[in-house]
Amino acid sequence: MTILTAVPPPEAPGTAAPVPTGTAQAIPGPLRFIGRALRTLWSNGKARTGIIVLGLIIVVAIFAPLLAPHSPSATSFTPYKGPSGTNLLGTTGNGQDVFSQLIYGSRISLIVGVLAGAAATFVAVTLGLITGYRPGVVDEVLGFITNLVLVIPGIPLMIILAAYLQGRSVWTIVLVVAFTSWATGARVIRSQTSTLRTREFVTSAVFSGERLLRVVFREILPNMTSLVAASFFAAATAAVLAEASLEFLGLGNPATVSWGTILYAAQQQNALLTGQWAMVLAPGLAIVLLMVSFTLINFGVDALSNPRLREK
Amino acid sequence: MALLEARGVNVAYEPNRGQRIWSVRDVDVVLEQGEFVGLVGESGCGKTTLGYALTRMLPPPARLTGGSIVFDGVDIASLSGEQLRRQRRNGFALVLQSGMNALNPVRSIGKQFGDVLKAHARPGDDVSGEGIRRRGAELLESVRLDGGVLSRFPHELSGGMRQRVSIALALALQPRMIVFDEPTTALDVIVQQAVIQTIKDLQAERGFTAVLISHDLGVVLEATDRVMVMYAGRIVEDQPARVMAHGRHHPYTEALLSCYGDPRADVVEIGGIPGSPPDLSQPNRGCSFAPRCPVAEDICRSADPPLSALAPGRAACHVRARAGQVEMEASHAG
Amino acid sequence: MRYVLRKVALFIITLWAAVTLNFVLPRLMPGSPVDAALGKLASAGVPITNAERSAIEVQLGEPHASPFIQYWDYLKNITTLRFGTSYSFPTQTVAQTIGKALPWTLVLVGVTTIVAFVIGTLLGVYAGWHRGRAADTSITVGATFFGAFPPFWLGLLLLYLAAFKYGWFPIKGGFSAGSTPNWSPSFLSDAFQHSVLPAVTLGITTLSGWVFGMRNNMINTLGEDYVTFAEANGLRTRTIALLYAARNALLPNVTAFGLILGGVVGGSVLVEGVFSYPGVGGLLFTAVSNHDYPLMQALFLAFTLSMLVAIFVVDLFYVRLDPRVRSAS
Repeated sequence: MTILTAVPPPEAPGTAAPVPTGTAQAIPGPLRFIGRALRTLWSNGKARTGIIVLGLIIVVAIFAPLLAPHSPSATSFTPYKGPSGTNLLGTTGNGQDVFSQLIYGSRISLIVGVLAGAAATFVAVTLGLITGYRPGVVDEVLGFITNLVLVIPGIPLMIILAAYLQGRSVWTIVLVVAFTSWATGARVIRSQTSTLRTREFVTSAVFSGERLLRVVFREILPNMTSLVAASFFAAATAAVLAEASLEFLGLGNPATVSWGTILYAAQQQNALLTGQWAMVLAPGLAIVLLMVSFTLINFGVDALSNPRLREK
Repeated sequence: MALLEARGVNVAYEPNRGQRIWSVRDVDVVLEQGEFVGLVGESGCGKTTLGYALTRMLPPPARLTGGSIVFDGVDIASLSGEQLRRQRRNGFALVLQSGMNALNPVRSIGKQFGDVLKAHARPGDDVSGEGIRRRGAELLESVRLDGGVLSRFPHELSGGMRQRVSIALALALQPRMIVFDEPTTALDVIVQQAVIQTIKDLQAERGFTAVLISHDLGVVLEATDRVMVMYAGRIVEDQPARVMAHGRHHPYTEALLSCYGDPRADVVEIGGIPGSPPDLSQPNRGCSFAPRCPVAEDICRSADPPLSALAPGRAACHVRARAGQVEMEASHAG
Repeated sequence: MRYVLRKVALFIITLWAAVTLNFVLPRLMPGSPVDAALGKLASAGVPITNAERSAIEVQLGEPHASPFIQYWDYLKNITTLRFGTSYSFPTQTVAQTIGKALPWTLVLVGVTTIVAFVIGTLLGVYAGWHRGRAADTSITVGATFFGAFPPFWLGLLLLYLAAFKYGWFPIKGGFSAGSTPNWSPSFLSDAFQHSVLPAVTLGITTLSGWVFGMRNNMINTLGEDYVTFAEANGLRTRTIALLYAARNALLPNVTAFGLILGGVVGGSVLVEGVFSYPGVGGLLFTAVSNHDYPLMQALFLAFTLSMLVAIFVVDLFYVRLDPRVRSAS
């Protein structure tokens, strides 16, 4: 076999990778990469649905003031009413319009989900890279901590942390959620890093004198982009659910409007008993849709990295 | 009647939508009962794909897109499901490349023999525990392994032992044809030799048709009677093994042969083949080897050479075919 | 066996770490939980004796003593199950409160987990085997959808429909008001009726974890050489699917059992809250609402300990499943 091209051996019988053409590219590398990723995701049916739904939710969040018929906190309506012409989803026990709350609520749920998911993924990637790359005392200790956090059930830990912190802001929630969700991603990234660490292209980079940081960021990380993306979407999904749960339990800030706080209010006001079924149904469905959209996109990301999972 | 007649075999592989790679293009293969044939070529040439196609084991997304495969008079290309499964008893078998991973890690060897024997049991076959043990021990013995292996698990065996167990399992089907896909690639040289010898002995004893797929021309030349060389999805040469080491051949074959240095020479020279294999997703124009061929001419770049006579076998090369013609005419004239 | 010893050691070390974490956490938080706790007790009308004060300080942090002494006292109390008195239930010790609630949760979570595991695994095997076809897509989409249901939301819906509107099941509690827990058949059947909705809620929301895990494992396993070889040898489809593919695909799921169990336990907290089910999840709900620190601390330990025990048992069970860990490495 020729030694002139550094093409990895084909995985399926009878395939040979096309010879690279080496022409100059007009669009910068990372943008091209994102473009290619989006196109591949779009070609996957499930991911496409996820992208569309997520896009819609983002649009609603951005244009909330234009879309909501009333202000979410205005208590100007008759309380405890079911769906009607003025209040499409009824009113709360305080006389607020549920529909407007639903629209504005998308902002918090989206922001918390994305932020907490990103924070958790950031910690996961950092720790995962460190522990996976350098086996030794540091790896053992951090690995143990990771496993410990994994073993402790997430929601009870979050509840206790939120209760201890006694803060009642969105940031508390983001912090608490991120703090408890990094462990799964860290473990996955750690095992992938240690697999990649022993591959030839890393060894050759190290031998040719590349410094540690360069090796990690230039050689290993790019090979894990789908894994990192998958971790992010999984973390974001979990974050949305966690945020809603914490709000539902009253650990959030009741003054802010999110889908979770609507449900909290519904529970406090016994919405089901007073006939405000929409107040319970709508925010819950919204949460489900947001989570489902993240998960669907994740199907596409999975298929990107693992050809066996691709749809035929 | 030949045991296996495959005509016009084409295998396409679609990794993504809209992208098609032709792994095997227009291949004809005829195998007689009892032949020991080698299929040789570099990684990516399509030899493994062809082996899988002939045993109807192509994994999606690879697909057989054309041609007929007739095994002992039965068109197996059109079979599927239960009918295809039945054909595997006393029919064609495949022994995989990695003896390493070819065995179920959570089942003992004995149970795996049981699975195979029971799957093809006919009325009158003894598939009791005792019967399976007996038959399993027999088969293991034929590959030079002790019957005690039956109670072991795959991870307790060495690579060479696992390869032999795979061969024994295939033999349980009493096949008339076995395709060995790179049986020695994952083994060290000494074990390689032993495994090849075992395969040769088995083939001589039982008379099944054997197809040995390998990228190692040396192994193939030693073991087989007849060698087929593949390049870029085509069979470019088909000769008896004894004539391969000498004389004129397809330029690719000659280049392959030159890659082997003589370890006893004072100065060991190793040749190489410049360039790289062609992109199989593009339709080819002319001979696929032309870009890398030392004797390529204009006709090579425009017309794809068919397999034509190059005594005593065949080769797909315009230049060699013409030279062979001239020789023939010269010998007729003289 | 090295594997078993390793797991025992891991169990002990992790338990110690969790206990220590429980000790460290309240002392890291801003503000003084001790004062907050005392304030709470005072407003609940509980007289603050010195014994009470020092008990709380041992739990949450004496301002004067050295950390090591505090830690030692804490460990002593833990091992003798002295967690102090809860604010929400001042008439019992925390240990008693938890003791009464724990069996309810254990049964609810235990049974639900096993059933969800079995059904989820089977669905995952089926989806993975028929990958890309209608069965797979419907199972996957269904699992995604139902798996995204916040447990408390599904609980509310079921509560409304099945209990309130149609009255098929009781609305709240673990047993009918007025009766006391005992082993009589009538009580057991009553308890069973009260547990159906919480169990269904919990089961549906955790099912998807098993389905996806198993489906992915199946798909990866189906690409393994031994499955290809089994097919080449003409084994029957059912043999390959179950004994070669599923049997191997199961293994990573078992090792991941602990992770998914965490989700179930978390879900149980929410579900018990919605149904006012008398388990430890509901207790946590109450404890948080009342800033009941002693109860919260003890509950944290209870949750973690149960998880560790469950994971340990499953790890032991794994030995039977995977012959590769049986032989010495």
